[in-house]
This record gives sequence, structure tokens and C-alpha cells, in this order.
Amino acid sequence: MSPRLTFATAGRVLTQIRHDPRTIGLLLVVPALLIGLIAWIFDDTPVFDQVGPAMLGMFPFIVMFLVTSITTLRERRSGTLERLLVLPLGKGDFIGGYALAFGLLATAQAVVAVGWAVWGCGLEIDGELWMLVLVAVVNGLLGTMLGLLASAFASTEFQVVQFMPVIVAPQILLGGIFLPRDQMPDALQAISDWLPLSYSIDALNLVQDGSDGGQVIADVLVVAAFAVGALVLAALTLRRRTR
Amino acid sequence: MIDTRDAVVAHALVVRRGRTEILHSVDLRVAGGQVVGLLGPSGAGKTTLMRAIIGAQHIGSGTVEVFGRPAGHRVLRRQLGYMAQSAAIYDDLTVEQNLDYFRRVLGAPASDVDRVVAEVGLDPVRRNLASRLSGGQRSRVSLGVALLGAPRLLVLDEPTVGLDPVLREELWGLFARLAASGTTLLVSSHVMDEARRCDRLLLVREGRIIADDTPAGLLASTGASDHDEAFLRLVRRDAASGTGGEAA
Repeated sequence: MSPRLTFATAGRVLTQIRHDPRTIGLLLVVPALLIGLIAWIFDDTPVFDQVGPAMLGMFPFIVMFLVTSITTLRERRSGTLERLLVLPLGKGDFIGGYALAFGLLATAQAVVAVGWAVWGCGLEIDGELWMLVLVAVVNGLLGTMLGLLASAFASTEFQVVQFMPVIVAPQILLGGIFLPRDQMPDALQAISDWLPLSYSIDALNLVQDGSDGGQVIADVLVVAAFAVGALVLAALTLRRRTR
Repeated sequence: MIDTRDAVVAHALVVRRGRTEILHSVDLRVAGGQVVGLLGPSGAGKTTLMRAIIGAQHIGSGTVEVFGRPAGHRVLRRQLGYMAQSAAIYDDLTVEQNLDYFRRVLGAPASDVDRVVAEVGLDPVRRNLASRLSGGQRSRVSLGVALLGAPRLLVLDEPTVGLDPVLREELWGLFARLAASGTTLLVSSHVMDEARRCDRLLLVREGRIIADDTPAGLLASTGASDHDEAFLRLVRRDAASGTGGEAA
């Protein structure tokens, strides 16, 4: 792995996206629009303040999962991945390049979404706003790594899109948005302990309550550990030789 | 300096995909500095053989060596140029941006982009998105990527498919110039009239090499008047001798 090749790859991915302004627009605007819609639906109720922080973690995760899984599936199918792997490019450069490029996008998306939620929709946050952005970005990176991994198990775009509900829906249902995790049946609570989004939602709620930053960082580290685990598995699916 | 040592040596190479054996004990020698044509019907195993040489194909048994190192060795990654049958390029990048990215991956100088754009004749469309190009132009971008850096061995899978006769002629001229400067080229094709442009021909049929000769030698040994005819005679002879066709 070399910084030169990682940056070259990240630059290439960003250039590809730059040629697609509609995608950039959708990426930045859609989460904000949906957050605005939720705020409007639950106007005059305390619900938005309860679910708002979780929304900020959910969008980067879903969007980055979709974007990465489809782009890397295209790399596998068009032959560019095979071409890169017979060239002097490390697997780390490939994955690192994607992580860097989509990490930047996730940051931009998170800044827009957090700014809109807090100043546009009046989401009440007692803690530090940058921590919300941090959790959102780490979620985006987790989505990127899982997307890379999922692309190895799909042979068409249809299949890869179907992975989204499989991977995302249970995490949202069990993550504590609908019901706090400690009020769920024991078995479900035990399962939710093994899902990264549970820790993200927990971290976002802690930031909202203005809790101790150390606890937030601990949660973020758990999510990051899941991202690293997915990264290692994704690297294993990048084979220089195929059968 | 022209490198006349063997560029590629395969010995008893067997490749299986699932339960099917694609290549049956292939022996192969490609001399350095030559244009070697890999000819044969589609499905004969040409692409699999090429992928084994560049180190992208899992090998069942036997050996493939490129410049004296096992295929796929990391040192070889800077010495090989590979062009797959489908244009392996980024549709949402321009011609220049495609070439520039792969150039950076290779660590080749920035001037390489201009050189390659000229070599494959894409100067008028260099700032166009690859998705807006014609099929022939896209495959030339892919060829351009293979020409980046200074590869000692070029493995080109059907590089002239979909090109008009003028462009085909130009590319074969380029291949001859590259070979004259010491590059080894392994070029697959199913257009037999391209055979005469090669220094040596390898005929592949059903996972075996059924002939390895010069274009003139092939005509002489089969008594055919052109390479199409020579190829047909060899295929019929091989089919008649059953599955145990011996390499010529």
C-alpha cells in the first residue's frame, strides 16, 4: 500500500463522481429533505428530537453502502478491477482509495444533514455538533466497507441492491429507534449488541444528551472496529487470480 | 537492445474451470521481440491462456513463466501490458483521465498520456467521456492503457476487433514497430488475414495448441494458398485425429 496510489485511486473515484452532478446533488440533498419531512410530520410532538439523531447516522450508512456496492460491482464486471490487480496496485490502495473518496463525500453529506437538522429543523443537541458529524462519517465508512464486501457476492446490480434491505433493515429495526434497546425482548437485545448501527445510534443519542465525550468515542470505536472487520473481509474477496 | 530470450514459457499447463478442463497440458514458447499471433475459434481457450500468462488465472497444474519468473510475480506487474477482450476502462472518465489514472498506478511519466493518445489515434476525442465513444474507440482506449509505461510483454486479446481496415493496418504497423524495439507481443485474433502480419502463429483448438509455426511455414506445411485455408485444414486434420491431436 502506498499513499501515492491510494490518493491516485481516491482522485479517480472523485473524478468519476464529478462527472455525475446529479448523483452529487441527490447525495447531499436527499437526506436533508427526508430529515425535514420527518421534522414536519412530527411537528408539535417530541418525536423528532427522539429519532432525529438516529436519522443522521442512518443516511450516510445506507447511501454509502449503495454507492460503493454498485461502483465496485461495476469495477468487477467491466474488467477494470482485473486490470488493476495485474498492475502494481495494492489491494489496500484500492480499498483505501474508495474509503478516502467516499469518506469525503460522507463528510460533506453529514455536514449538510447535521446543519439542516439543527438550524433548519430545530433538532435539539446539547453536545458537540462535530461529534455528530464524526459518527455520521464513521457510519458512512462502515457502509462503504460493507458495500465493497457485498459486491463480491452479487453478480448483477439487481442482486446488490437487494443486499441493502438485508443488511440495513434489521439494524434499523433493532438499533433502538423504534424502541430503546433495553426494553426489547432479551434475545433481540442480544442480537442488537452485535449490530454496528446500534452503537452509532447510541453514540448519536449520547451526543444529543450532552453526555461525556469518552462514551461517544467508545461507541465510535466499536463501529470503526466493525468497519475494519468488513474491510479485511472485503480485501479477501479481491483476488488477483480467479478460477 | 532486442531481447531474444524466451518471453513466455509454459509447460504442461492445465487450467480447469469448475469440472471442465479448459486447457489440456499446453506447452508453449514465445520468443522475445516477436509478434506472436494466437489464433483459433472462439471458445478454444485463447483468453484463458492469455489470462494464465498475465497471472490472472488460477492454474490447475503445470507452469507458466514470463521472463524467467512465475506468471503473476509482482516484478512482472510493471513489465506487462494487458488488454482484455471487453474494454476495461471507466465509462465515466474522459480518455485522458482513464489513461492518466492507469499511468499513475504504473508510476509512468505524465508524458506517456500524450504518447499513447497519439499511438492509438484518439487525439480528436481525448477530452470526451469514454461512454460517449464508439465501440472501436473504446477498445483503443483499452489498448492505450496496455501501452502505458514501457511493457516488455504486451498481451492483447482481440485488439483489432470492430476496427475499420485503415485503423487495423495502423495498429499492426504499431505492433511491428514495438516488436522492432524489443517488445514481445502476444496478440489473439480470429481474423485470419491478420495472421500474415505475425512473426509466428500459435493455433489453438479445444484447449490445445495444434500448430506453432511461421506464417510462411504454415502455408508450406499445409499446402494451402492462404491462412484461412491453412487453418481449416489444420482444424480438420486435428478433428480427424480424434481428441489426442498432437502439437505440430
